[in-house]
Amino acid sequence: MVVALSAVVGIMFAFAIYLLLSRHIIRMLMGVTILGNAVNLSIFVAGGIESIAPPLIPPGLDMPAMATANPFPQALILTAIVISFSLFVFLLVLAYRAYQDLETDDTQRMRVAEPEDEGLPPLSY
Amino acid sequence: MVLDQGTLGQWLLIMPIVICFLFGAVLLMMRRQMRMHPTVAIVGLAFLLVADIALLVEVARSGPISMAMGGWRPPFGIVFTADMTSALFLTVSGFVGLACGIYAIASIDSEERRYGFYPFLFMLMAGVSGSFLTGDIFNLYVWFEVMLIGSFGLLILGSEREQLDGATKYCFLNLIAATIFLLTTGYLYGVFGTLNMADVAVKSAALEGEGALQTIAVLYLISFSMKAAAFPLNFWLPASYHTPRFVVSALFAGLLTKVGVYAMLRIVLMLFPPEREGMGLLIAWIAGLTMMVGALGALAQTDIRRLLNYLVIAGIGTIFVGFAVPPLLESGSASIVTGAAAVIGETQTVMQRANNLAAQGTLATGLAGSIYYAIHSIVVMTALYLATGVAAFRNGSSSLHEMGGLWRRHPLFSVLFLILLFAVAGLPPFSGFWPKMLLVRSTLAADLPWLAFTVLFSGLLITIAVVRIFALAFWRPLPALSRAADPVEAKAIVDDTFRAPPPGRPLALIPLVGLTLFVVVAGVWPQWLAQMTFTAANELLSPSAYLSSVLGDQR
Repeated sequence: MVVALSAVVGIMFAFAIYLLLSRHIIRMLMGVTILGNAVNLSIFVAGGIESIAPPLIPPGLDMPAMATANPFPQALILTAIVISFSLFVFLLVLAYRAYQDLETDDTQRMRVAEPEDEGLPPLSY
Repeated sequence: MVLDQGTLGQWLLIMPIVICFLFGAVLLMMRRQMRMHPTVAIVGLAFLLVADIALLVEVARSGPISMAMGGWRPPFGIVFTADMTSALFLTVSGFVGLACGIYAIASIDSEERRYGFYPFLFMLMAGVSGSFLTGDIFNLYVWFEVMLIGSFGLLILGSEREQLDGATKYCFLNLIAATIFLLTTGYLYGVFGTLNMADVAVKSAALEGEGALQTIAVLYLISFSMKAAAFPLNFWLPASYHTPRFVVSALFAGLLTKVGVYAMLRIVLMLFPPEREGMGLLIAWIAGLTMMVGALGALAQTDIRRLLNYLVIAGIGTIFVGFAVPPLLESGSASIVTGAAAVIGETQTVMQRANNLAAQGTLATGLAGSIYYAIHSIVVMTALYLATGVAAFRNGSSSLHEMGGLWRRHPLFSVLFLILLFAVAGLPPFSGFWPKMLLVRSTLAADLPWLAFTVLFSGLLITIAVVRIFALAFWRPLPALSRAADPVEAKAIVDDTFRAPPPGRPLALIPLVGLTLFVVVAGVWPQWLAQMTFTAANELLSPSAYLSSVLGDQR
């Protein structure tokens, strides 16, 4: 199970990096999503996957009576999902606005902030 | 419960966050009273600064403080901890936040205020303060994201084409850096089963020399270098930092990259000392190349704000110098390296190892230099962007092709600008000089003469770059004047360029004077600040006080 999930994480990373290296923002956005999910899955694997009892404490005890599954990675992943989803939505809107105003989603042609044909700085008075 | 353990110092610890969120929320609710926004925001930022200073005093008096959120004892719950390093960074960030808040009264117009400048500012300050205060690595990730959201909002304020372009690059790269950070944190959890920094520090001492730790340390180095804009990962910064409003650029240049530096101090230096040593030469190269890229980039720019972007990068390189120094004795030589390694290999607990490190002064000197330089850089970069905002307003442009004649029109402002330029180049008697001296001394003692040379050489190049700003924008007459045919037209050009400032503009000068005063005081009387940075460096190298503050008697 762990090996299979690790392989899936690896494949997702490969896809994400391939997409992020693209010139077009829309493909980079897909890359960001896949990257976020790959990271979440890798936290899940890193936290340990075992099919043992749920982490419930019987009445009258302070700690679980036997070995239980670890709920902590789920808490981390839940937080990470919420954050990465909200940031992804922001990026999506930003990319759309940039596409509207700059009329391209090709990052090579987005040179408004760093113009290509800059002259030399003034060399003397 | 929190209530049964709260001493005054512990309550001070969460005040910065509480104030930021409280005032941010209040400002969001005051959507219909836009006129009140600046007043309420300044009051909030002043409270924030007071709380930060109180925390600094408390930490200086009684050592590191920590507080467990919701009464969940560490290592299970989230802990907030402040030692000298966090308190110093926190106080300076509060100072800079207040300065930018005051400056924004004059420079942010009512429409941009309506889009939420001040709530975003508080969000950003909450993220920055939280990053400095948290004692939990996953929580650090969350505060990074709070800060990112705030910065995204500020970055596109005004939504001009240039800003959309710059923001796209900034957002993508920062999101990827944060994701790498999250990934590494997942691995760290897989190895240690805990994310509490103090707990990790204790456990990593026991696991010394494992390959997994080296991987984790390198991944952290990558993600924090990206956040701090160190050499191979710096290209997003000059693409985006000159596009927003001047005051927003100032905040970003002062605070955001330094949060990456702080995370580097906390995680790579405090948690993985042997792994950092293994990467020492790599970090030295990163530092050297970052300084040179920053200095050469600054020489090639025509726009003052884009020139300053490169100075931010050069500053980050200088800060990284202190991270590269191996913990040698002052009379460093190759035999001592192996001797130190043997000593480090023998000792069992993190305490003993850390005490050994602290006894060897080089790294402490380098780190103190780094922290001092980071604080100097926060203040001076913010001040320079704000001052450039004033100069660009008075001259109608921030391009060196079109500026000129400011010296004659505004002599006092020019003197202030010149002080800031001297400070950023690291010339005495201003605040950039002493940390550079500490860094050069520690690199020389550590047998890295080429790194010391790079510090000084990049300082020389930066001096040339900034003196050119002064010569072109301040000393030379207005270039447009040479095109004037007769005196009447010349007078019209001058009047057109140097318009009378609208009411409220003088307000922009108050924070500038305050920041410059800090630069001068920290340069002429450096002892108090140097003392605090040495305390901070020693606490990072031998974190026993930090550990016992967090873990208490459970250790």
